[in-house]
Amino acid sequence: MADNQMQGSEILMQALKDQGVTKIFGYPGGAVLPLYDAMHQQNAIQHILVRQEGGAVHAAEGYARSTGKVGVVLVTSGPGATNAVTGLTDALMDSIPLICITGQVPTHLIGNDAFQEADTTGITRPCTKHNYLVKDVNDLARVIHEAFYVAASGRPGPVVIDLPKDVSMGFGTYLPPEKVKRKSYAPRLKGDPKEIKKAVALMAKAKKPIFYCGGGIINSGPKASELLTTLVRSTGYPCTLTLMGLGAYPASDPQFLGMLGMHGTYEANLAMHECDVMVCVGARFDDRITGLLSEFSPNSKKIHIDIDPSSINKNVTVDVPIVGDVGQVLEDMIKVWESSRAKPDQKALKAWWKQIDEWRAKDCLKFVQKGKVIKPQYAIQRLYEATKNLDDVFITTEVGQHQMWAAQFYGFEKPNHWLTSGGLGTMGYGMPAALGVQVAHPDALVIDIAGESSILMNIQEMSTISQYRLPVKVFILNNLYMGMIRQWQELLHGGRYAECYMDSLPDFQMLAESFGAVGLKCEKPEDLDGMIDEMLKTDNAVIADVRVDPMENCFPMIPSGNAHNVMLLGPEDEADKPISEEGMVLV
Amino acid sequence: MPVEETINFHTIAVLVDNEPGVLARVIGLFSGRGYNIESLTVAEISHDENLSRITIVTSGTPMIIAQIKAQLERLIPVHKVSDLTIDGPSVERELALVKVSGTGEKRVESLRIADIFRARVLDSTNESFVFEIIGDTGKLNAFVDLMKPLGLVDVSRTGVVAIARGVGSLEDEKN
Repeated sequence: MADNQMQGSEILMQALKDQGVTKIFGYPGGAVLPLYDAMHQQNAIQHILVRQEGGAVHAAEGYARSTGKVGVVLVTSGPGATNAVTGLTDALMDSIPLICITGQVPTHLIGNDAFQEADTTGITRPCTKHNYLVKDVNDLARVIHEAFYVAASGRPGPVVIDLPKDVSMGFGTYLPPEKVKRKSYAPRLKGDPKEIKKAVALMAKAKKPIFYCGGGIINSGPKASELLTTLVRSTGYPCTLTLMGLGAYPASDPQFLGMLGMHGTYEANLAMHECDVMVCVGARFDDRITGLLSEFSPNSKKIHIDIDPSSINKNVTVDVPIVGDVGQVLEDMIKVWESSRAKPDQKALKAWWKQIDEWRAKDCLKFVQKGKVIKPQYAIQRLYEATKNLDDVFITTEVGQHQMWAAQFYGFEKPNHWLTSGGLGTMGYGMPAALGVQVAHPDALVIDIAGESSILMNIQEMSTISQYRLPVKVFILNNLYMGMIRQWQELLHGGRYAECYMDSLPDFQMLAESFGAVGLKCEKPEDLDGMIDEMLKTDNAVIADVRVDPMENCFPMIPSGNAHNVMLLGPEDEADKPISEEGMVLV
Repeated sequence: MPVEETINFHTIAVLVDNEPGVLARVIGLFSGRGYNIESLTVAEISHDENLSRITIVTSGTPMIIAQIKAQLERLIPVHKVSDLTIDGPSVERELALVKVSGTGEKRVESLRIADIFRARVLDSTNESFVFEIIGDTGKLNAFVDLMKPLGLVDVSRTGVVAIARGVGSLEDEKN
């Protein structure tokens, strides 16, 4: 037993190193001082000091989503842990692998309402994939290795390790990663071959097929995106992606119909509604996607590939469920597709594409840029044009109208380059996430497309960006309103704009300068390209304040409580298709 | 497609690692996702392997019941989930302690009914009995109902425990 004796804090550092961790996002406090002391005495792991724990979790999410690795967070007990809760919930909803180490008061004080004590495992139980309270230093190494395995495998998610101060100061035995396994946890990776055969047979017979794919493909790794692209191209079928899935299939590909769902394209939603075979890959029939459930894609046979058995038949009953890692299932599916020499009905397919092209001809994303005011869509379009040929561009967003416009107007060719808060819809996600991306990819161009309201939710992280000289670009579509709130109040509440006007906004240029960054501002359409150029030329961090049309609404839109085939395409539709009372109670 | 709306009761057995917080995870899952718990029992069943067995009686549509099972299986310390109501024949038992207080004819009547139900007397004073009764939930409900007019003052029930008939064990059963 004398072997591998180490202090708890050293065990933690050793375990993190053995797990390949090189960056931690965190904030110190009383309960984690021993851990910070151990970290101070080594060089393998760099700590990024954020300005609030919520920022640390989003930064780790950005790091994880852009690299495919596990993001690591270190925060103190009590308020440190409770500040992390939003980010943990965000990571759970979007299946982002995280380890969050929280300090805890010493074991003998737990339950005594000690200073900075909170029931962290109790609070985080519903917002983590799993959590641990380590009471014995000899369990620590095993718990950490297990936590990494749990966070990264199966459907990924956040894992909290609550570490009392006496445990991090006590001495115990270190255990290397390979000696750890857990009997009760073994995610299924390989899809059932019988179901795969059934799925391929169904796909081959389809007359109006569609691929509906989501963030599961990104989580499975870049190979899954390649396999999806291969399969979609060899079938010749149309493909649509969810908000979380953007980048899983190249946006420039003619078979891509754009994003689907509440603010998805007309052609994607109509094709979902009218299809006869739906191949859902790594998506979960979430309410932003389905709209009115009882009228969701009424005439289709549905194939659903997902690593999480609880996603199957949760909202929508499917005909062919395949539980497994989408990458592995797609690989098997391609083999079966090729060996069965499946020949899709070309005549039917041609008619289907003709129908889709008619829907496309609606040009549902059209907008008119004229006059002296910048349209927000135009701003994103110009940003896209200016950056699309650059090598490595990562886009993060906050939450709201700007997020939807970014999803609609920025084209993603590769996975892992689009980072947004999809499930939880966390305003304030984008800047810290961009910070995390930039830490992982120091030479890449990282842009947070933001709104003026969201950005203020975690504006303190500009200080972190400044400290580590991270050249993050914050591109604010400033319309002076919580735009999506204003839009819903216009559509649903008679234009009574309750508390959605952003009064007393800071001067973003001066704000940028006060953080040591560069502030830019643009108010006229003709100045936009110049400002974007200047932003891209700047080596430093930038906050660009782009003043856009305050009354612009985000279209197309499926109003809450409606089916895919009921879409508002623009302002002229608002009066024709009033939103029902049942729709109003939905979010 | 028509939505299946029949609500049925299901008895679900869950084999879990006996570790701190495991029951909170299971209960939190039910409350957080709005599922019903009609009854829940839990006890360690293997000290060496550190395993506990939770028996939950719940209700819902077939889609909800399938979700409950899938969500339970997602919990990291859960080894095995079995729906004893549909995975084959099973036996269910519940134990209740029932206190009845009274004198005279009511007291005699309560004893007579207890005899019919094969309930045992665990404690007796001049004015009260504590009965122990074992059976399925319906039998216990009937007994408690009959005791109400006879001076029922207290009931304590274990909740349902259940096990599959035949040779198989929960651990080696197939889903």
